[in-house]
Amino acid sequence: MSKNQPSPLSQKKQLRPVTKKNLVTYAIVIVFFALFQTLTVTGNLKFAYQSLLVPICTNVIMAVSLNLVVGVLGELSLGHAGFMCIGAYVGSFFSVVTEELIPVTWVRFTLAFALAAIAASIAGILIGIPVLRLKGDYLAIVTLAFGEIIKSLVNVLYIGKDSNGFHVSMSSSGLNLLEDGEVILKGPQGISNTPKDSTFLIGFILVMLSLFIVTNLMDSRTGRAIMSIRDNRIAAESVGINITKYKLLVFTISAAIAGCAGVLYSHNLSSLTANTNNFGYNMSIMVLVYVVLGGLGSIRGSVIAAAVLYALPELLRGLADYRMLIYSIILIVMMIVNNGAFFLKLRAKIAQSFRNSLQKKKNEKEAA
Amino acid sequence: MSLLEVKNLGITFGGLHAVEDFNLTLEKGDLYGLIGPNGAGKTTVFNLLTGVYKPTSGTFYLDGKELKGKKPVDINKAGIARTFQNIRLFKKLSVLDNVKVGLHNSMKYSTLTGILRLPGYFKVERAMNEKARELLHVFELDGEADTLASNLPYGKQRKLEIARAIATNPKLLLLDEPAAGMNPNETNELMETIRLIRSRFDLTVLVIEHDMNLVSGLCEKITVLNFGTELAKGPTEEVLKNPEVIKAYLGE
Repeated sequence: MSKNQPSPLSQKKQLRPVTKKNLVTYAIVIVFFALFQTLTVTGNLKFAYQSLLVPICTNVIMAVSLNLVVGVLGELSLGHAGFMCIGAYVGSFFSVVTEELIPVTWVRFTLAFALAAIAASIAGILIGIPVLRLKGDYLAIVTLAFGEIIKSLVNVLYIGKDSNGFHVSMSSSGLNLLEDGEVILKGPQGISNTPKDSTFLIGFILVMLSLFIVTNLMDSRTGRAIMSIRDNRIAAESVGINITKYKLLVFTISAAIAGCAGVLYSHNLSSLTANTNNFGYNMSIMVLVYVVLGGLGSIRGSVIAAAVLYALPELLRGLADYRMLIYSIILIVMMIVNNGAFFLKLRAKIAQSFRNSLQKKKNEKEAA
Repeated sequence: MSLLEVKNLGITFGGLHAVEDFNLTLEKGDLYGLIGPNGAGKTTVFNLLTGVYKPTSGTFYLDGKELKGKKPVDINKAGIARTFQNIRLFKKLSVLDNVKVGLHNSMKYSTLTGILRLPGYFKVERAMNEKARELLHVFELDGEADTLASNLPYGKQRKLEIARAIATNPKLLLLDEPAAGMNPNETNELMETIRLIRSRFDLTVLVIEHDMNLVSGLCEKITVLNFGTELAKGPTEEVLKNPEVIKAYLGE
């Protein structure tokens, strides 16, 4: 090949670093999907591990969407599971009601996602308007309460359907259903018989979509405005960035994505209930752990941390009592490796030598 | 009509009159200095003019438009941009992106265009990059376009802040101690740059400075503040000879 003609490799070199970084992130997800999908199809993956795949996708999506708030906007939110909860219940409710009405699964499922995203983003706006006057710790406290309120609310909500339409009540006896009626949302017993529509493929598509939305958003005019607010609020205002508008936008987008994660989650279970571990602060904190350990503002980090840290306790099950001990040691090690000056230098060194060897190989190829 | 007209502007914090009865008229193209001992209220005047503080008395007009009580964002859109005494850059963004944030309101595309990468995204981004690089070139920062802002040396951070302010396309530029921490060479260079940008971008500049070399070399006229009130005002050389001013700076 003559040197004047740019080879595909050298053309790729001209990509901006941001674009390149995002493509690598996409590639990691695609390879991960291809690997495990093949293993599943060929029957080489234990069933216990197969059942982890969709929840991994859910957690990855949650971590990516929370990173938009915590890492990119720089506001601490502890109620992210609340948005997921709204998405899960709205999605499940819709699917149960329309299961006979819309027999085509993908149409129904797509509509469920759309509806859940809208519901969650409305919740995002509603909580956003009063809450965004707050900063830092205060915002964290209010979002924490928001998450708990949502969880408590769905636990006392009863919704039934009969030939007269829908009935909503705070107790099972208050529904006053006709003979032909059916209770869909049963308070603490939640929603049962949600069609099991979630698959690893759909989870993968959703992960890619949320990655696409978040990474493209970050690398745009809007993303720069959001990051400028994070880096220096006063300076951002002084160059004409409307802080309230962009904060609200971030909350809305992040809530919508979390709502979709909820739909994925609820359509992977036959009965949906809300408790501390799935929609309460435990979940919110877990997702925050993924985001912080993966690196604030690093989307790829969130993806990897969420996948690894979600799967780890299950993979360590064989170690019985030592499981959580090892898990917490791994958390601490990840924290040190991701943030310690020594390890950051080491990592940069390794990456540089890797790049150099690539360059060397390329030069040899061109010389040949 | 004058570009900036400040009338009896004042603010009190509790019982403290931080700035009282401040008057200033700037004509288009002026290079005006605001000096005074520490704590005289210079930065407070800037904060009043940019909407960070709401004045408790008086008002001010830019191009005949009253801006008193407006928010910082609206004041910036009206045409006043500023730099800060303690540098406030977007530290985790690249030098180029810092300037591009400044272009936020003059070059637009919607959030959806950005996410979906519609043709408008590429077109406007290309124009933004060109404009931002042009600005960086004026400040001799084009070699560092991809560096993180926090990794720039101090003097260049100051320059980048000015570049970012100019990116918002202001009529009036407020510089808060641009030469702080610079050596005499850098200060001379900065003076050249300020003169250059004034003519090139059609600016009016109001500058707070302690460096008397810069003030006497750059500003045609100055106002001296002391304890929140105006001590003297007029052509730089005359004012700097004023015994009252010397007393305020050096003591008796």
